[in-house]
Amino acid sequence: MNSQTIQTIKETDTKKYKYGFVTDIESEKPKKGLNENIIKYISSKKKEPRWMLEWRLKAYNKWLKMKDPKWANIKFPKINYQDIYYYSAPKGFEKKPKNLNEVDPKILETYNKLGIPLEEQKILAGVAVDAVFDSVSVATTYKGELDKLGIIFCSISEAIIQHPELIKKYLGSVIPQADHKFSALNSAVFTDGSFVYIPENVKCPMELSTYFRINSEETGQFERTLIIADKGSYVSYLEGCTAPKRDTNQLHAANVELVALDNAEIKYSTVQNWYPGDENGKGGIYNFVTKRGICKGINSKISWTQVETGSAITWKYPSCILKGENSIGEFYSVAITNNFQQADTGTKMIHIGKNSKSKIISKGISIGKSQNTYRGAVNFLKNAIKSRNYTQCDSLLIGDQCGAHTIPYIESKNNSSIIEHEASTSKINEEQLYYCRQRGLNHEEAVSLIVNGFCKQVLQELPMEFAVEAQKLVSISLEGSVG
Amino acid sequence: MFFSIKDLSVSVDGKKILNNFSIEIKKGEIHAIMGPNGSGKSTLANVIAGKEEYKVESGEITFKQKNLFDFNIEERAKQGIFLAFQYPIEIPGVNITPFLRSSLNSKLKHNNNDEIDNIKFSDLLRQKAAELGIDIEMLKRPVNVGFSGGEKKKYEILQMSILNPELCIFDETDSGLDIDALKIVTNGINKLKNSNNSFLIITHYQKLLDHIKPDYVHVMRDGLIVKTGNRSLVSEIEKTGYKNF
Repeated sequence: MNSQTIQTIKETDTKKYKYGFVTDIESEKPKKGLNENIIKYISSKKKEPRWMLEWRLKAYNKWLKMKDPKWANIKFPKINYQDIYYYSAPKGFEKKPKNLNEVDPKILETYNKLGIPLEEQKILAGVAVDAVFDSVSVATTYKGELDKLGIIFCSISEAIIQHPELIKKYLGSVIPQADHKFSALNSAVFTDGSFVYIPENVKCPMELSTYFRINSEETGQFERTLIIADKGSYVSYLEGCTAPKRDTNQLHAANVELVALDNAEIKYSTVQNWYPGDENGKGGIYNFVTKRGICKGINSKISWTQVETGSAITWKYPSCILKGENSIGEFYSVAITNNFQQADTGTKMIHIGKNSKSKIISKGISIGKSQNTYRGAVNFLKNAIKSRNYTQCDSLLIGDQCGAHTIPYIESKNNSSIIEHEASTSKINEEQLYYCRQRGLNHEEAVSLIVNGFCKQVLQELPMEFAVEAQKLVSISLEGSVG
Repeated sequence: MFFSIKDLSVSVDGKKILNNFSIEIKKGEIHAIMGPNGSGKSTLANVIAGKEEYKVESGEITFKQKNLFDFNIEERAKQGIFLAFQYPIEIPGVNITPFLRSSLNSKLKHNNNDEIDNIKFSDLLRQKAAELGIDIEMLKRPVNVGFSGGEKKKYEILQMSILNPELCIFDETDSGLDIDALKIVTNGINKLKNSNNSFLIITHYQKLLDHIKPDYVHVMRDGLIVKTGNRSLVSEIEKTGYKNF
């Protein structure tokens, strides 16, 4: 590694995290801390029915008895759960505005700045967006068109009131409340997130997307998303996230549940760009996320694609329970860590149904003093005969102070299943840089090109509208050349 | 002088590789440098391109009246120096078309010209590929990945024809080429050669020079030129090898 490569890498993105601005808006928050009263406050703010409050309180009581998960390769000070605001909404926000005229112009401006315009005449073509600001959903675009097809796309708070039968049936059905401490926490205090229901045999004609923004200080965001694809349906969903630059760490503990019935397919993509902290490791989001999907029906398919560039800590394992016969689970991941970022991310593929197939492609890029761990489990249960998994984990190291770790767990309880595992670790190649530079590309462009090439297998899985954005994000995470 | 090297001495890890090396190249000329293995030929090519692992002890290189040592690799490339590599490296996941377009655009930007758009570039690329007899299917693949030796060299020629450099250096480009690939390379050079560019062709064998007509042939040994002549020198080397130099 020559000195210039190291220099290029040192000029990292954090100073120029372009989503680091704060929207100057008065917010309404209850007192800090977690207790039954806060949960009742959240539930009443959302005008939830009694059964929902009880569900939350049950989760809270489980949470009280649980300990933080310890197995991940991450280090952070003990979280003081009493020093966090659990709810924050723009002042005077009583219920979701019926139209954009009722939305505070400052909020609209925030989303414009983030590149997610919500105004009718500017909305992104082919993408319906649900915009979540701190703890509340402020707007959802393309609602009318989706309604015509019977597709439900709304905030989870709305769904609890309008579609209680679906919520009662599916909420917590994939991630049990007491799965671990963060899932219990989320179940107790979740604020907003998206709800999607695709009726039988409907192919959702546009991308559905939620954009999460944490604005308020010392506030946790507890997003809850539930997507149900009924028989023979298809949906592609994308989630994006950013937060202002702050010196203190903020907690984001999300639960995302997916349910695919017979012959249904869900494609779930994430571009995660939470504030990663500064170059000394101060501040940044703790991203403790539980994402799990169940391929419940025959021939169903769930595909997770994630591009993880932000957060001080990423702790996240989007998983698939492959219950249906011939069901398919996929996980495509790019995780880039820089400075003092820590990522422990991967997936779990649990094969229950026979002939189920899974595929894992993970690309980890470590820069600076960061630590990047792939942790993945593949389980074949007794009846999952003739199932298959293919796993490929590649790590790229830039500089000599970072770490890359690959920790696969494999378990099979039948003898007809096949697993293939490939792993590689490499350093960025000076000869490749030389070649690119000899063709006139500068050092930064060359690094970005090579790293984008390294990630391509994953980036090409993203919906087209976002693939270009993601490529740029990868470059920015490396270079610090934000325009 | 268009391009000149004067008394250049270069070492790697304390070992002297080039030893008071000098050469002058005018616009429109083709120079061939021949020499046995270990004579410093590849070092010469890399030092001109600006590769950073070499230590320049003394001497100078000027290109279009500028001191080349003031510029890094990409700046030299943008000013018109092109090195066709002996072993072009694979860049997985990076497709030829966008790679070459960024490459051309950085050069255009350097010269204060507008960047070329995707459609125009795609037309240009197809046209150049057709002229050089390169299958357009190749343009859909990642840079050098899984290419045969011949394909890699063809691709170097294609890049050269797109970038239109003023000084083209060929570092042992003929190694590992079959007759057909060799023809593509030599036809390419002959096609691209004009009165505004110059070629420095570094080779161990005479095979490449059967199809190209160099204006000067130099024999290099122990880090410097020991003899300069015309084409007839090539057949002399062919007969007696390098032992007489």
